Amino acid sequence: MNAPPTTSAIPAGQRADAQPARRNWIWFVLVIATAILPWLFYDWNTGRHSGFLLTMLSQMGMMIIFSLSYNMLMGQAGLLSFGHAVFFGLGGYSTIHFLNAAEAGSLPLPLELMPLMAGLAGLGFGIVFGYMAAKQRATAFAMITMGIGELIATAAIMFHNFFGGEGGVSANRMIERSLFGVEYASSIEVFYLILAWTLLAALGMLFLTKTPLGVMANATRDNFERAQFMGYDPRRIRFLQFALSGMFAGIGGGLYAITYGIVTFDAVAAPLSANAVLMTYIGGATIFYGPILGATLITLLQSGLSLLSNAWLIYVGVLFISMVTFAPAGLAGMIQAHAPVSRAGRMGRLVVPYIRLSIPGLATLLGFVGLVELSSFLTIGEAQGKTLVLFGSKIDVHETMPWAVAVGLLVLGGAWLRFEVKSFALIWDEVTADLKQRSV
Amino acid sequence: MLGAFRQFAKCVLIAGMLLGSGAAVAQETIKIAFIAPFSGAFAANGDAWLKMLRYAMDNTNARGGALGKKFELVTFDDKIQPSEALIALKSVVDQNIPVVIQCVGSNVAAAMVDGVSRHNQRNPKNRVLYLNCSALATELTEEKCDFWHFRFSANVTQRVATMVRGLPAEAKSVYLMNQDYLYGQGVAADTKKFLAQYRPDIKIVGEEFVPLGKIKDFSSYIAKVKTSGAQALLTSNWGPDFNLLMKAGVESGLDIKYYTFSAHLNGGPTAMGDGGGNRVIAVLEGHDNMGAELGNAKAEEWVKGFRATDPGIDYPWINFQTMFDMLASAINKAGSTDPLKVAVALEGIQVPDMYGEVNTMRKDDHQIMQPFYTAMFTKPVKYDSEKTGWGWKTLTKSTTQDLTFPTTCKMKRPSGS
Amino acid sequence: MEIVLISLLNGFVYGMLLFMLASGLTLIFSMMGVLNFAHAGIYMIGAYVAFEVSRMVGFWPALIIAPLVCAAIGAAIEVWGLRRTHHNGHIAELLFTFGLFFIIERGVQMVWGMLPVPYRVPTALDFPLFNLYGINFPAYRGFMLLIAGGMLLSIWLLLTRTRIGLIIQASLTHPNMVSSLGHNVPRVFTMVFAGGCFLAGLAGVIGGNYQVTEPSMAAALGPIVFVVVVFGGLGSLAGCFIASIIVGMLQTFAVVVDFSLSDLLGGLGDWIGTKNLLGEILAVPVSRIGPLLPYAMMVLMLLFRPRGLMGTRDT
Repeated sequence: MNAPPTTSAIPAGQRADAQPARRNWIWFVLVIATAILPWLFYDWNTGRHSGFLLTMLSQMGMMIIFSLSYNMLMGQAGLLSFGHAVFFGLGGYSTIHFLNAAEAGSLPLPLELMPLMAGLAGLGFGIVFGYMAAKQRATAFAMITMGIGELIATAAIMFHNFFGGEGGVSANRMIERSLFGVEYASSIEVFYLILAWTLLAALGMLFLTKTPLGVMANATRDNFERAQFMGYDPRRIRFLQFALSGMFAGIGGGLYAITYGIVTFDAVAAPLSANAVLMTYIGGATIFYGPILGATLITLLQSGLSLLSNAWLIYVGVLFISMVTFAPAGLAGMIQAHAPVSRAGRMGRLVVPYIRLSIPGLATLLGFVGLVELSSFLTIGEAQGKTLVLFGSKIDVHETMPWAVAVGLLVLGGAWLRFEVKSFALIWDEVTADLKQRSV
Repeated sequence: MLGAFRQFAKCVLIAGMLLGSGAAVAQETIKIAFIAPFSGAFAANGDAWLKMLRYAMDNTNARGGALGKKFELVTFDDKIQPSEALIALKSVVDQNIPVVIQCVGSNVAAAMVDGVSRHNQRNPKNRVLYLNCSALATELTEEKCDFWHFRFSANVTQRVATMVRGLPAEAKSVYLMNQDYLYGQGVAADTKKFLAQYRPDIKIVGEEFVPLGKIKDFSSYIAKVKTSGAQALLTSNWGPDFNLLMKAGVESGLDIKYYTFSAHLNGGPTAMGDGGGNRVIAVLEGHDNMGAELGNAKAEEWVKGFRATDPGIDYPWINFQTMFDMLASAINKAGSTDPLKVAVALEGIQVPDMYGEVNTMRKDDHQIMQPFYTAMFTKPVKYDSEKTGWGWKTLTKSTTQDLTFPTTCKMKRPSGS
Repeated sequence: MEIVLISLLNGFVYGMLLFMLASGLTLIFSMMGVLNFAHAGIYMIGAYVAFEVSRMVGFWPALIIAPLVCAAIGAAIEVWGLRRTHHNGHIAELLFTFGLFFIIERGVQMVWGMLPVPYRVPTALDFPLFNLYGINFPAYRGFMLLIAGGMLLSIWLLLTRTRIGLIIQASLTHPNMVSSLGHNVPRVFTMVFAGGCFLAGLAGVIGGNYQVTEPSMAAALGPIVFVVVVFGGLGSLAGCFIASIIVGMLQTFAVVVDFSLSDLLGGLGDWIGTKNLLGEILAVPVSRIGPLLPYAMMVLMLLFRPRGLMGTRDT
């Protein structure tokens, strides 16, 4: 009856490590599925891959590396940086110059190793800027990184040497030198390169979290003074963590340069830094794989949703705010919260409550999306001469009916949702209390 | 879990809601992709361009389109970022769209030229043609020229030449103000070159490079202009850099003429207001009053038709109409929408523009040869701009001949061209 | 000489506008530790609301109504948003306001469209106040100085002469102690946040027709305001004032300065040439990098004196 008390004292995230094989098979499957995915969309008639899918997957890979590297600062070291794109972009710029040098013959490296060079460049810049930034912490640190970000972004537009000014710099990735004899003419080859490097980088960062540096970074995040008392210099730890995160971000930038063949100032600009924050936080900063989820989702929203809707930025903003308010542990946190429940085999208890939650949830969502789309259409979409088509029938934005429907759905759905959430919370508490009782 | 589910549902919903938004398709059409910023800081430009392009396209469709089919515009948001434009390009080629138009932002255009060139080289069975309607950096048809890129608007060099030629005889001292990036620097260099060539009597009493989009108060710049004693301010500033400059200039009561490249664009007349009246000259390819000035009924009807849709903007880019006409003509000539054939048909094509002037698409560099004008912001005019009460009145004209300059372009031609 | 005087005046006006914005932000930051990213967004809302009210009623009512609307919005944000995220820590609050900024920006675009709106200076104030070396100094700028000065005075009076002001001052430096003494600190927080948003709204009313009212105005002014707040220091309105004036002057005067670093270093740039990045950096004249200077200042300040000019607490 009385299980040893130690297990329930250890938080869920760490306990999962005790069963590595069981947890990791999911990642195995995901990686293999990603590798196969392009072939599911292969057009057998024309013999072509879906370029759009490959580009989106490649972008996801780069963003995964980018946000994982950002989480080294935010989640693991508790450092909020607003200039992380600097390392991504500078890695990209450097890689373009490396590629041009390789083409000219002065840098005889195969293409597969170029991201490594980008990483070294990122490390170099990380050391330089880290020396400045790591002197402070918390808000001062955030402001320094913001200042550095703005400085570099403006310099990238102004200066022609290295940055190429407003037009940026470009290079051809087909440098005819490869470890595996691949030409990298087609997107699928680049995609596999990115997949490989994403895996490498992710494993590298995972490994780092288990080293003394990684653990001490967590310590300085949790209790700054205590870490100091233990004899570690938090400044040094911040500096190292910052430099290393710069290195991995640089790898991402290198892959960017290889994929697109051109790097311009937007690779170091504030919107990309903001993206890092969004992706990492939404995915979940407290768990290692959180940023992977966030990067995937945001890339989907940014590249996919913007094709469909004018107001996608609003959705991202609302999503972000909801996360901050209701689910600060992010998507990964929410998933992880279910881990003990599933381990106890009590997931079945939650199925019905979730269904009951999803119906008003869907209604509220429909209402909100409807309202946003209707109003966005009123001012912007109509100006663009589009007509709103919903489920095959044209909607006239000036009639009251669609608005009434949207508002009704939102209000009624919202009220019902609140009710359901309360009852769901009760059930959730009941299940977790039960688990605690049984000391799972 | 709930959050993930929510997001998935959101995606599904939005997909369901908006599938089919856009122009309705009944029978087969020739799709044309338009990549522009529809979100972010330059969304206003994307919107304005779309309105104008749509109007021109509808006009061409009404006259039969090409090969008996109508054109259809498919839009993509690039958020004024080169990488997003390239992602959109992938989608374009995926959907087998043979023509892509991109015009807003020379930095994006540079990436597009490279991207399209490389794509066409690596995928000869799935090519796409790139039409550029307003990305002006001269190098796009010089050092960076490419067989698959066609520019349908006078480039920086041609515009600067028009401006310098349009300077009045009394002007003796000028002040140069441009934005500090490739476009502005190109304008400055060309301005100096042409001043030395056409008007050696004019003295440049000051030169300024303004950081792009960062200055909030131009009063100090205006003070500098005043102390230099310049009679005219030559500026290619656009967007907020133009609007704020005009505000400061007008407020200070500076008695000077402004020669601009962007005063006629969306938002310009609103920003100038009464203060810009009889002071501001713009370098443009057309304006809402030119049809009436020339007694050209067709042109006037065309402008009236656009204004009747209450667009909130003028339609100065008559070259958009010329572009569609040239495209239709080339497709008809080539007998297909295959990008290679259409490109070959476009080279050297001659089509009259809205005012009856013959425009030529030069084969050497794929740069359109057209006349250009300067116009004064004044009243009374028949058609005012953005409901300010003021409008444009033509001052000078530079002919196609005046603006035909030799090119250094050496483009690689694909086999079969 | 004329340039110096004119730039002095203009720099002062710009600095005062910055101060109107930054004072609200500094109050909020100092008291609640929240760096309100949405502050510039409130500024933008103030400008747009003022535009609408001016269109319907007039400019002078707008001067009162718009800031009140912004204060109400601020109170709503604080009560329904920030309070909920408060227990998640400062980073969560900061991120909340960050996400809010996106929504405000996009929302404004949706409601008013993406072109600039014709929010103009009222005709009653649209005349030259005096003429300096042939350049008019617009009366509206004098009006801006008046409002900003009046605002500064009222804040000072409020903080030093009223009871609630004393509580606010105490909470600026010792929030926990104030709470322990039994004051309703959450209510004070809401008031301060609403008050900060009131100031931002007022700045929007004034600044909206000084500059151009368009959806990108928030993103343009936002980072500079942060620089001012950080530079001036936590817990000090006087520091904020000085920092605003310095930044305003810096940006205005930088335009006037035409020489470059290389000129200063006696032609070192000529020797290095402009073919490499270092040479380019040396050769660029100060007038072209003016907007960079505040950020450079901020970074330097944070490196060597993180509490800012006159801060009473570390950032």
